[in-house]
Amino acid sequence: MYRELTNARRNRSDWLSALAFLSPTLVVSGAFVVFPLLFSFYLSFHTWNMFSSQATFVGLDNYRKIATSEEFWAVLKNTAVYTLGTVPVNMLISLLIAYFLNKKLAGKRLLRTAFFTPVVMSSVAAAVIWRWVYEPNFGLLNTVLGWFCIPAVNWLNDPAAAMSALIVMGVWKTFGVNMVLFSAGLQGIPDHYYEAAEIDGAGRWSRFWYITIPLLAPTTFFVLVMSVIGSFQVFDTVYVLTSGGPLGTTKVLVFYLYEHAFKFFEMGYASAVAYVMFAIIFTLTMLQTKYLKQSIHYSA
Amino acid sequence: MNARSVIRLLGTIVLHVVMYALAIIAVAPFLWMVLTSFKELGDILTFPPSWWPKVFIWQNYVDAFDAAPFGRYYLNSLVVAFAVMAGQMITCSMAAYAFARLHFWGRNVLFYLFLGTMMIPGQVTMIPSFLVLHWLGWIDSYPALIVPGLASAFGTFLMRQFFLTIPRDLDDAASIDGCGKFGVLWKIILPLARPALATLAVFTFMGVFNDFLWALIVVSSEDMRTVQLGLAIFRDRYQTDWGQLMAASVTSTLPILVVFFFAQKYFIKGITLSGLKD
Repeated sequence: MYRELTNARRNRSDWLSALAFLSPTLVVSGAFVVFPLLFSFYLSFHTWNMFSSQATFVGLDNYRKIATSEEFWAVLKNTAVYTLGTVPVNMLISLLIAYFLNKKLAGKRLLRTAFFTPVVMSSVAAAVIWRWVYEPNFGLLNTVLGWFCIPAVNWLNDPAAAMSALIVMGVWKTFGVNMVLFSAGLQGIPDHYYEAAEIDGAGRWSRFWYITIPLLAPTTFFVLVMSVIGSFQVFDTVYVLTSGGPLGTTKVLVFYLYEHAFKFFEMGYASAVAYVMFAIIFTLTMLQTKYLKQSIHYSA
Repeated sequence: MNARSVIRLLGTIVLHVVMYALAIIAVAPFLWMVLTSFKELGDILTFPPSWWPKVFIWQNYVDAFDAAPFGRYYLNSLVVAFAVMAGQMITCSMAAYAFARLHFWGRNVLFYLFLGTMMIPGQVTMIPSFLVLHWLGWIDSYPALIVPGLASAFGTFLMRQFFLTIPRDLDDAASIDGCGKFGVLWKIILPLARPALATLAVFTFMGVFNDFLWALIVVSSEDMRTVQLGLAIFRDRYQTDWGQLMAASVTSTLPILVVFFFAQKYFIKGITLSGLKD
């Protein structure tokens, strides 16, 4: 009886103190995550310009508008092109760099810092710099290409080139993050696997192919998922580098969302776009989990 | 020297050349920014461009600071970044303590739900968050830039995982000595959790300092602009004044890069930990 009482009292007091400890987090995430999540779902079935007092219910109209909007599909295509252009190249480069940084190299720390510099810079500053790199007449890139007799390209104003410019910069800006993740993954592979393989006569290449790659699979999977999510959310660099132009060739999802919400004040339509984007990212993540996670048999 | 070791030596040399070449590519835009910022306009617009300025000048910096109040932008960014950093260290530690140490009904469900919010892209909550701030009358003020950042699922997770590694005996000993729950957290757990706190601090600071989209949405007056927003607007206005643009970019990146070089370890740790979520 006595024990039950103290237990009950302890549980109750734990509950109260839990509430006290959690309250700041609960209030903030309630106001800026949970409520917004529900309210934007509500808004996606309304039209509202933010200034009128009443939102008008329009059912599925916003979603219908999205499905039939040519611009939306173009924007989605641009985002997909950006993702396909950045993610695989980014992962390959960052994996190879992480792999070789894990070997005997002189000045490893210096190299690591150099590779990481683009990550630490703000994306706004990075994009301002790259505008200068891409400058058609005096820019660094055309100069370097000129050494190899490649004719100058007007990178940011040529509709055929702007997306490539955005992709190159995107890879440059973010490969350092994946390098760090791959490095951590590589360091997690125990040395004795390599030693055993070496005793069995496995060469450098087969050790990489049959030990490193499979044992790194969980990291690779995580890097892939995060990179896809990240590239679907690209905004800052687009805003500063091209503002979605030329001719909308670099207009990506978040830029489209930003325009509709905060330039045209179509809060309902923009909320529907946000939910469609959420659904796409969620589906892509689930698909990757379903089809790739089962191919990870090994774990270190 | 036999053939095998010659090949190995060659391999080592090639590896070094390739890695250093890649490193140079990684930092080249950055170096070019710094060098351009010290060049005269005539020196900038020459073909072929030269790496080194003919004459080193400060004028671009003077002009950039005359054209826009970068000092004020910096102040804003520092206030916001420090406030969010300090706030998250407090709120995340408190929430993490509840999830790691207290027993209450629905604890694990709540924890995983909270973790699940990390899956929600910020763009989905962006519009109503803006509206909440609008209703509170906070648009274009420090609270608009700070308060939404005061809860973090990632930060709470990071702290909780660390708290779980701290032996519970220490808490119990302190409670027996009459220490309350806040006392245990403040006097026993947090001092032991310094590495995790440092990681959280550096990670948050960098994230907030470099954030752009949120400032773009909630800031309207020049006085409230953060460095990133100020720089983006500056670049809109001075499209091709490369000297000034580069001076402004150097101003807005160099100090934070210096901070990073001292805190690199913690920042990298933060990224690595983000990979341990599942």
